Formats: sequence, C-alpha cells, structure tokens
Amino acid sequence: MEDMTIEKLLGSHDFFDGMKAEDLALVAGCGSNVVYQPGELIARQGTAADFFLAIRHGRVAVEIYVPSSGALRLETVSENSVVGWSWLFEPYRWHFDIRALELTRAVRFDGHCLRKKCDDDPVLGYDFMKRFAAVAARRLEAARLQIIDIYGKKDDDPDNQG
Amino acid sequence: MTLTTKAETLRPVPYVLRDKWQETADTWSMALEPAEAWLQADRGEPGQFNMLWAFGVGESAISISGPTHGTGPLVHTIRACGNVTRKLCAMKAGEVVGLRGPYGKPWPIESLKGRDLIIMAGGIGLAPLRPVVYHILANREDFGRVSLLYGARRPEDILFANELSGWRGRMELDVLITVDAADSSWFGNVGTVTRLVRRNPFEVDGAAALVCGPEIMMQYSAQTLLDAGMNQDSIWVSMERNMKCGVGLCGHCQVGPEFVCKTGPVYPLERIANLLATREM
Repeated sequence: MEDMTIEKLLGSHDFFDGMKAEDLALVAGCGSNVVYQPGELIARQGTAADFFLAIRHGRVAVEIYVPSSGALRLETVSENSVVGWSWLFEPYRWHFDIRALELTRAVRFDGHCLRKKCDDDPVLGYDFMKRFAAVAARRLEAARLQIIDIYGKKDDDPDNQG
Repeated sequence: MTLTTKAETLRPVPYVLRDKWQETADTWSMALEPAEAWLQADRGEPGQFNMLWAFGVGESAISISGPTHGTGPLVHTIRACGNVTRKLCAMKAGEVVGLRGPYGKPWPIESLKGRDLIIMAGGIGLAPLRPVVYHILANREDFGRVSLLYGARRPEDILFANELSGWRGRMELDVLITVDAADSSWFGNVGTVTRLVRRNPFEVDGAAALVCGPEIMMQYSAQTLLDAGMNQDSIWVSMERNMKCGVGLCGHCQVGPEFVCKTGPVYPLERIANLLATREM
C-alpha cells in the first residue's frame, strides 16, 4: 500500500517525469515517506551517504561548516527537486550538510537498495544516471555563476567613470 | 514658457537633492526636485534614465527608480561604483545636481496589458524595474498574474528590502528572492535567480518577461525562460552600457548597430539576443 502511494507521489514529481511505469514501480520500492522539522539536520558532512531525497513540499539547505564562520548556506532546494547524489558515487559520504529550513515532506530513497536495482538493470541505471547528471549539470552551472560574483562591483574598470 | 528637458536637449537643468537614503552598503536613493517649478522635467516612463551631473566631476546615466506617474520628487537609485556616482552618493540634502532627460526606450508596459508577467531582476537591476511594479500596482486590474523574481549577492545586498516585504504582503504579486551566498541566519533561498523560474507559481509559457541585471545574468535568465517555454518575442531586457551623451551621438554605448542610449536600453530579446552572446561587443 505504501509502495503504491509512493509510486503515485513520484509520478507527479519533476525528477521522475517521463520515467516508465515499471521503472517507477521498481524505484518506489526503495522509497519511504519522511517528514523533517524546521532546523532539523538531515545529513552531516563526512558521514555515510546512503540516501537521497525527492522533496515533495518544503525546502532544505545545502550547507558547509566553516570553522570560525559557522554554517554557510550554499544553495536551497525546494519541492519537485532532489537533494543528495553522494549515495551514487564512492566513497558514499556526504560532502555537505543538509538541513531542513521549513517543514519538509519528502520521499527518502535507500541508496543501497537503489544501487542494487540499478546494477541489476543497467537500462534503469542509465536512466537514473542521466537524471542525476542533468541535476548535477544545472547545479554546477549555477554554482559557477555564483562564484563569479556577477553582482559584484567592477571598481577596477578604467572606463567606468560613472 | 516652460522649459523641459526633452530627449534631444543636452543642457542639464538644476535639481535640488531633497532627500537621500541608504538602500545597501554602497547604494543610495535620492529624491530630486527642480530648483524652480518651471524647470520641472518630464517624469519619464518606467525603464528610462536621466543623465545626472555632479558638478565638477561629471555625468552618469541613472535609471529612474521611483514612480513615473503622479507627482512628487523624481527618485533615482545609485550605486557608488565610479567617480561620478561616488560623488552623487556623497551629496547632502540641499545640494544641486544637473539633470537632463529622460532618455531611452521604456519597458513596453502598455502592450503587455492583460498578460501574465514575470519581472526578473538581479542586483541593482531592480531599480529600473521598480517603476514597472509601481505602475502595475496602480493599475492592477490591467494585468494577469505577476511575479517578481529577484537575485542579489548576499542578504544585506537586497535592494528595497522593506518594500519587497510590503509587496509580498499585499498579495497582489508573487515575490521570490534568492541570494548567491548566505550564512545560517538567512532562511530565504540561496542560488541563482534563474532557479526561481522553476518555482514561479504560474506557467511561464504564455507570459511576458522583463529582465534587468548584469548582462550575463540576463543571458542565462533569458535562456532559462526560453527553456521553460516562453517565446523570444515575449522577453525584454535592459542593456547596461557606459552612456555619455544620452542621445545617440557619441557612440560610447554602441553595441553593434545599436546605440543603447537611444534605441535602448530596453530591447526585445529577439533584437538583441545575438549581441548579448557576441564576445567582441
């Protein structure tokens, strides 16, 4: 019954858009419904990464802890997005903290379970990898734009008399 | 006889700085009134700019950031980033600036009546779009759903922060804000402004978009809107160039065949898309 519910939930989630029904049923078997409270630490940098979240409602932050500065927010992830791909690549450790910023409802996928299904069914595995690669590419593009500081002042521009 | 600062007039008229307030660490807004009533300039339209003269230093093109309808002082928002703007930002109430304008092509608001709108701004790019918001709020029934998607560098760099909160509270438009970086005291969005398009509360494919910010931000924003299904002829951008004369004579702001101060700064994307992507310009 829970699998059916999750399957339906995934059917309306952007990340799974266009996935074949039989594949959706297969991956739904690795998912469970979870709820996180505002401020709750979902994943901690350096610990084992054995899951990812398909966020249905709410918002989480990807953070990095900087000694003397505290937690810095690198990005926020909202409904219809996924967070976490460390479960997919060795050594399966979180590279950042994940924290709920508001009441967040998500489907949490067991990384071991999904990796096994992807290994057993390379077509599914390839489909999954493409979906994560698209997410990673979008976030990498966004991260590159963030680090070039597009809103920063160009004081050194010799032509800038304004 | 009324002397007005029409577009082809190069002579600045004296305006008195009536009030000035700090928006962010390096950005100020100033309310200007003509030194004498008969010198009152055309208030301009949303998207147009005036040339403001700091006497003894020089002139700078500054977008009109206050309401263009009604009465009251002309409001400009200025980021101190060069000799002239630093001087303007340092001026005190009662001092006099030179003003000529308004110049340039405005946002095509009248032609957008009845449509859903996405107003997309980055950094100081919100200033030329604020008059659009004022116009929409004053004529709310003329437009469909309206979203303001705004990106800033850090939370403390958010322009018109109190006003953004007020607009959000009025429920007449959706306001989504993001910053590029923040510490844990910020509970808003972190990420590029382009990512807000996915969170827009209505479908963008039939809507129109007005985009203003650094050119690279506009380039990626336009592409994101196109990817989301918006037509190229529904997107307008405002080009930022170093304008000098304001009337298309000196060529300082020339980009390809365009004299941005005269044929812009607001362009339909389809007219300027190739120029935005040309590295040599």
